[in-house]
Amino acid sequence: MSFPILSLMLAVPAVAAIACLFLSAQAARVTALAATLIDLALGVVLWTSFDVGGAQWQFVEYAPIFGRFGWALGIDGYALLLIVLSVFLMPICIGASWQAIEKRVPEYMAAFLFTEVLMIGTFAAQDLFLFYIFFEAGLIPMFLIIGIWGGVNRIYASYKFFLYTLLGSLLMFIAMLYMSITADTTSIPVLLNYDFPPQVQTWLWLAFFASFAVKMPMWPVHTWLPDAHVQAPTAGSVILAGVLLKLGGYGFLRFSLPMFPEASASLVWLMFGLSAVAVIYTSLVALVQSDMKKLIAYSSVAHMAIVTIGLFAFNAQGIEGAMMVMLGHGLVSGALFLCVGVIYDRLHTREISRYGGLAINMPRYALLFLLFTMASIGLPGTSNFVGELLSLMGTYQVSTTTALLCTTGIILGAAYMLYLYRRVVFGEIKSEDVRAMSDLTPRELWLLVPIAAAVLWMGVYPESFLAPMRKDTQILLARLDRAKPAGDSQPTPGKGNGGTGIVPAAHAETPAHGSAH
Amino acid sequence: MHSILFIVFLPLIAAIVAGFANKSFGMTLPKVVTTGALFVSCALSWPVFIGFLAGTSEATVTPVLHFMTSGTFDVSWALRVDALTAVMLVVITSVSALVHLYSWGYMSEEPDQPRFFAYLSLFTFAMLMLVTADNLIQMFFGWEGVGLASYLLIGFWFRKPSANAAAIKAFVVNRVGDLGFMLGIFGTYLVFDTVSIPAILAAAPSMAGSTIGFLWFRADTMTVICLLLFVGAMGKSAQLGLHTWLPDAMEGPTPVSALIHAATMVTAGVFMVCRLSPMFEMSPTAMGFITFIGAATCLFAATVGTTQTDIKRVIAYSTCSQLGYMFFAAGVGAYGAAMFHLFTHAFFKALLFLGAGSVIHAMHHEQDMRFYGGLRKAIPITFWGMLLGTLAITGVGIYGIGGFAGYHSKDAIIEVAWAGGSPVASMVGVFAALLTSFYSWRLMFLTFWGEPRWAASEHIQHALHDAHGHDDHAHDHGHDDAHAHAAHAHGHDDAHHTAPAAEDAGHTPHVEERGFNEIPKGTGGYHPHESPIVMLIPLIVLSIGAVAAGFVFHHWFIDPETAGGFWKGALFFNEHLMHEMHEVPLFVKLSATVVMLTGLLIAYLAYLRSPSTPAKFADTFQPLYRFLLNKWYFDQLYHFLFVRPAFAIGRLLWHRGDEGTIDRFGPNGSAWLVQMGSRVAVRLQTGYVYTYAFVMLIGLTAAITWAIAG
Repeated sequence: MSFPILSLMLAVPAVAAIACLFLSAQAARVTALAATLIDLALGVVLWTSFDVGGAQWQFVEYAPIFGRFGWALGIDGYALLLIVLSVFLMPICIGASWQAIEKRVPEYMAAFLFTEVLMIGTFAAQDLFLFYIFFEAGLIPMFLIIGIWGGVNRIYASYKFFLYTLLGSLLMFIAMLYMSITADTTSIPVLLNYDFPPQVQTWLWLAFFASFAVKMPMWPVHTWLPDAHVQAPTAGSVILAGVLLKLGGYGFLRFSLPMFPEASASLVWLMFGLSAVAVIYTSLVALVQSDMKKLIAYSSVAHMAIVTIGLFAFNAQGIEGAMMVMLGHGLVSGALFLCVGVIYDRLHTREISRYGGLAINMPRYALLFLLFTMASIGLPGTSNFVGELLSLMGTYQVSTTTALLCTTGIILGAAYMLYLYRRVVFGEIKSEDVRAMSDLTPRELWLLVPIAAAVLWMGVYPESFLAPMRKDTQILLARLDRAKPAGDSQPTPGKGNGGTGIVPAAHAETPAHGSAH
Repeated sequence: MHSILFIVFLPLIAAIVAGFANKSFGMTLPKVVTTGALFVSCALSWPVFIGFLAGTSEATVTPVLHFMTSGTFDVSWALRVDALTAVMLVVITSVSALVHLYSWGYMSEEPDQPRFFAYLSLFTFAMLMLVTADNLIQMFFGWEGVGLASYLLIGFWFRKPSANAAAIKAFVVNRVGDLGFMLGIFGTYLVFDTVSIPAILAAAPSMAGSTIGFLWFRADTMTVICLLLFVGAMGKSAQLGLHTWLPDAMEGPTPVSALIHAATMVTAGVFMVCRLSPMFEMSPTAMGFITFIGAATCLFAATVGTTQTDIKRVIAYSTCSQLGYMFFAAGVGAYGAAMFHLFTHAFFKALLFLGAGSVIHAMHHEQDMRFYGGLRKAIPITFWGMLLGTLAITGVGIYGIGGFAGYHSKDAIIEVAWAGGSPVASMVGVFAALLTSFYSWRLMFLTFWGEPRWAASEHIQHALHDAHGHDDHAHDHGHDDAHAHAAHAHGHDDAHHTAPAAEDAGHTPHVEERGFNEIPKGTGGYHPHESPIVMLIPLIVLSIGAVAAGFVFHHWFIDPETAGGFWKGALFFNEHLMHEMHEVPLFVKLSATVVMLTGLLIAYLAYLRSPSTPAKFADTFQPLYRFLLNKWYFDQLYHFLFVRPAFAIGRLLWHRGDEGTIDRFGPNGSAWLVQMGSRVAVRLQTGYVYTYAFVMLIGLTAAITWAIAG
């Protein structure tokens, strides 16, 4: 067994979290930042030493605990990228809380560090029940973050969050129990190739769906998200949008698709239908929001719908596009919540109409906010374009109608984001307290500029991110091939070869475009 | 041929330098860097173009960077240069360089110049990426990139609500087109398994007779794909239905209008159709649709242009109309003629816009032509430039000898449409030429001839009474307008159910029934000044283009014997059609000249000879006049059909859907849950966590039990 880097990545924040509880506020901040930066460094090591195109499961660790219950870790390309996203966002979250959080700082830092442990654990777990523990426990620190450090209505928000999550978790747990008994294993890699009978698959699929659809969140179980975001502190929103929302998509990708291919294929209509509704519905709702965080929260639901259609397109573009949307959205919506946090820290309101004219006194902020706004609406050259393009392109091959309905998201997205940007950044300054707002501090630049760089990197050279998951997609597609749904396009072969009369003869003689190659 | 790397990337580097240059560098560095970069790009572009003119250059592709691979979908960044690209390169870099230079003067009183120049260079970069694209994805990158730059530049004066609204409108309406473009790309990839343009064009002929499913129906494959792609072109090139953003885009500074909304960006749709011409040739249905839309836009925009009073809006509708000509030329298969008109139009339309900018500059930012008059003597160089531009756009020339730029390119389109089996489009083109001549001369007569009517202008009065005099007028202007619109916009903001774009972007021109003739005469003691030399040089250079571009270049663009050797397959060149063009009846050939003279005559009679005619005409044909003045009521219609419903449905779904249904029957729903919720709520939030942890614990216990037992 090689060096247990995954266990180390879990241990560093875990130890730091416990240490934080016994430290002063300032020492806790420094400890948390140091721990998350170490994990980031380890994440970089993980990425650079990941053998692209090599074995499916890498950095595998196994230690029996008792019975058949084991400490089984290991990652493939999908998990790698999501872990890298998590460790990238974590130091930024700590930095964002540096001044904004004043009460119970040690506990707060500990909660964040535990979240990091549990997120990495979720993506790295190779044992069904280990996954379950990480997956479900990951929400506990989030409850605490919203419930203790949240806004005025934090009770209602965490109540809603809890209710939604509870039902899904129970059903998923029952399904997991059934699976492990039937297949006589709790190993995820083994289960990935285990064929359940199609009727059973449907039930299991639905049980998992109950959990993942809430986490995603998909319409109509999305209403916890706007409330959770609005009440959460800035860093809570960043981690919620950046990483926690990816758990659902990861779940579909890791469990639903490869373990239940037939059920997935037969329920494509459900995924497509809910997603298409979500794109249009939540985009229109986002258009009329007067609270910045709520607007971005609703836009998240619309973006996540692009993930779910891509995943269930059963082709490489769809699946890889869905992953790219998850990564891109993780960065961009995280950055947008930070942008909201920046001005919230100055004026203590999320009400859009209180702002205006920030381009005058906060030009650097205006520029970065513009970049993330444009990334959010999928401008080519930014991260989200690549994901949306691939995901929608994959979907088009299965259902042109769904692709058309979901592509309207690019129009509606532009409308609500530019409308938001206009109201916050453009126009005249309306009040003296807005005029007094200062531009980004160096600390805030340190939070936003790395994300901006990552967003542009993903937009200009997405190959860095597509390459690690290519092998996994091939394996997954090979597994799904037997259930692959037929598309509605079905082009028939053409009869012409240039001489059918429609094509003037002159064209055939044109040496033309080939000359360049 | 690595000069293309410099041509494309110098503007990007310049934009970055100018954008991030610290304030301490002052205004000059960003201006020098961007303008210098553009002149270098321009100087490098002309040799490329001349290489193709001389027939010595071959198409090349310069790889830059791998972009992405997903399954069989494989895309790279690469720069393609062929004859079609070369034409666009010289158009873009020449006009852009001149506009950069012109802006030194036009924007000189603007405190935010670095930002302006950075945007201009960024735009140029995106446009160059678009025309050098070797695959549809890179084309889309440039396509949306120019959209971004256009958004930023229209909204450059961001304090002005109307500018912000226009910027959003431009972006969102273009996105409607981009929806079509994206679906077209998806369809193309589905059918051809590639997005490489050469590969698609090579494979396109084999798709004849193929059908494909789309939504609920099946149709001819190439028709579906071509129509989807063309929707993208309609958005970017402001064709009928998706044109509403272009007139509002005039909110941007005038140099922007010249570069983006006349010479380059709006022609991207035409470029796209020409670039993909072998594909469009496969679908007679799509071609018919393009011809129809082109002709309809050509006519529509020309009719509206006859009634507008804002000098920039007249030219904007004129642009829209001229783009219609290009499309119906493409629609009948005369891509060479479409590109030829694109080429000549770039020069004379940029000239007209920059000339209009010079007039506006001289008239202290008054844009309403009714307050102009008699400016011929005051700003002679501007006058001569605009006169040449007008001669070019109206197509002045002598049959058999030659004429100004538009004479060669527009007349060719009218003739080729006739030859290409669309006599209706041809005659629509002739009628639009009549209107073009009329509104162009109307603009000239109102602006440069007659008595001065300056005194009544609020802008001029502001100039006269302003204690600060002439110094800070650009700045004041932004201010003024913000105030003027503030009352209007404010009410909406308070109600805050307002639609972003259309609500104030759809603002109708302040309709006053009095004609220009009833506006009190007089200069009010105001003395317009000719613009500085940096603004006049571009006018002079473009004037040369407006005079000579048609005469010099028609040989390469459209002559049946020689043009094929120039294009070398960069677009689908139908030699047979271009031959037939010369065989059209004489009356077709002469009609354009005849209507040009007729339009001039009507404008002369109505605006110089008996200036009371227009008001009388408007009174007599009140409904028609109002219909045209309100631009066929497109804005109002769209506002009613799309903008208001979107907001209303959004509110409905939010309150009735999320809150009224999902939450009510979901989390707040069952009495038990509510009861439990309130009970736990009393005990503080941590209660939930305990409950949750407890549930998990039970599950885990069960699992562990099983694990041990099993």
